[in-house]
Amino acid sequence: MRFYEYESKALFARHGMPLGQSRVAGSPEEARAAAQAIGGPTVIKSQVLSGGRMKAGAVLFADTPDEAAKHYETVLPIVVNGETARSVLIEEKSPIAQEYFVSVTWDGRRKLPVVLFSDMGGIDIEEVAETHPEHLSRTHFSTILPLSERVAKEAIGAVGVTGSDLNRLVPIVYKLMQLFLDYDLTLAEINPLAKLEDGRFIVLDGHLDMEAEARGDHKAVLDDLGIGDDETRQARPPTEFELAGARVNAVDHRGVAGNVVEFDGNLGLIIGAGGGSLTLFDAVRKQGGKPANYCEIGGNPSMSKVKNLTKLILSKPGVDKIAVMMNVVSNTRVDIVARGVIKGCIEAGKDPAEVIAIFRIPGAWEDEGFKILAKHGVEYCDRSVSMYEAAGRACAKLEAN
Amino acid sequence: MPGMFIDVEVDAGVASNAELVKKLAEVCAVDIFAAKDDGTLQIVEENLDECVLCDLCIQAAPAGTVRVKKLYER
Repeated sequence: MRFYEYESKALFARHGMPLGQSRVAGSPEEARAAAQAIGGPTVIKSQVLSGGRMKAGAVLFADTPDEAAKHYETVLPIVVNGETARSVLIEEKSPIAQEYFVSVTWDGRRKLPVVLFSDMGGIDIEEVAETHPEHLSRTHFSTILPLSERVAKEAIGAVGVTGSDLNRLVPIVYKLMQLFLDYDLTLAEINPLAKLEDGRFIVLDGHLDMEAEARGDHKAVLDDLGIGDDETRQARPPTEFELAGARVNAVDHRGVAGNVVEFDGNLGLIIGAGGGSLTLFDAVRKQGGKPANYCEIGGNPSMSKVKNLTKLILSKPGVDKIAVMMNVVSNTRVDIVARGVIKGCIEAGKDPAEVIAIFRIPGAWEDEGFKILAKHGVEYCDRSVSMYEAAGRACAKLEAN
Repeated sequence: MPGMFIDVEVDAGVASNAELVKKLAEVCAVDIFAAKDDGTLQIVEENLDECVLCDLCIQAAPAGTVRVKKLYER
């Protein structure tokens, strides 16, 4: 769940991170008043849940309050990467000597958080990683051991920052690491982190992303920031297909089946189990398959829930076949899922033997499940076939189509 | 709509016994059994395929009077 810049900065401020003066404006008059209160030149920044504001012209500089009010009207309607602005942030323009980049995120391969630090801030960090890899450090840290400033020092020092700059940067990076862990964030980023001409450092722009499932644990702070339960804050608004999936899931409390994300491929996916969804989705893509959707099933969904999810996926234009695949399951009944997908196919007017490219769910009640699948002529496999191989079989069937 | 995977047969003596019908309705986790206004048994056909094969209905009635059939084994 993404935070707007002004919300991220409110959280930074709570944790004592250095910020320039800023105010949120909801009208040209408020923009003028904010610029007046700040005094001196200001930056007028559109508040959108997307990067690329500068390139889109949604960040402008103003020398006077009247200019700030004028720029408010210019930047507010600008759509940035499909995102419309919620409001405008009026911030003091700071005399910058150098820009840095710092980010804390998860390294999925190492299963650890990682601090990324660069002394080339203000530009795309991917570009820095490619063209100037020596200017970007990656420093992992533990979520079990006590957090230490040493990690921050190591991350900053690795790109050659020394002396008083190092000493001033360490507490900022350390606080960002704390913030990342305390609020269950998936991303905490400051770009640019600016060194001013007088030697101080301030956060010029920040981006926070919270794990959606952690929202309940942080309700108090979200309430303080004015973020309502109904604000999904995903990268894009949900499609009708995704909303229909959510309705399938909501109608029945038993298990999960319906958390879908829409893609434009031809292979419908009914996948899940302990990270199995991501693994299987990747396995399909790696073997040339084009998923029509991502989804998560688990927790022993009812037959009707699986059936309705199957019907929904089969109703999506362009879906030729579906693949039903999970990791080895202990808390989901194989036979109930088998019943659901077969009934879903039949109610959708399709032959399960034709439309189900592969059924690979080993685990609880698999013998019963396999009897059902065999009866309906559906290709299935047990745990002796890896998830990767099962995904490959599904892709091969679509290619042969 | 009858079940595609599961069918349930209940002897007439049980289906007309209000006390046993009540017991069947209570034990079934997926609401396959319900009592009509007159206390006799109604099998909710749309729930038949939700059956989790727990056998509680079989245990709730006299032996052999309730039978759960797996249609996919035929």
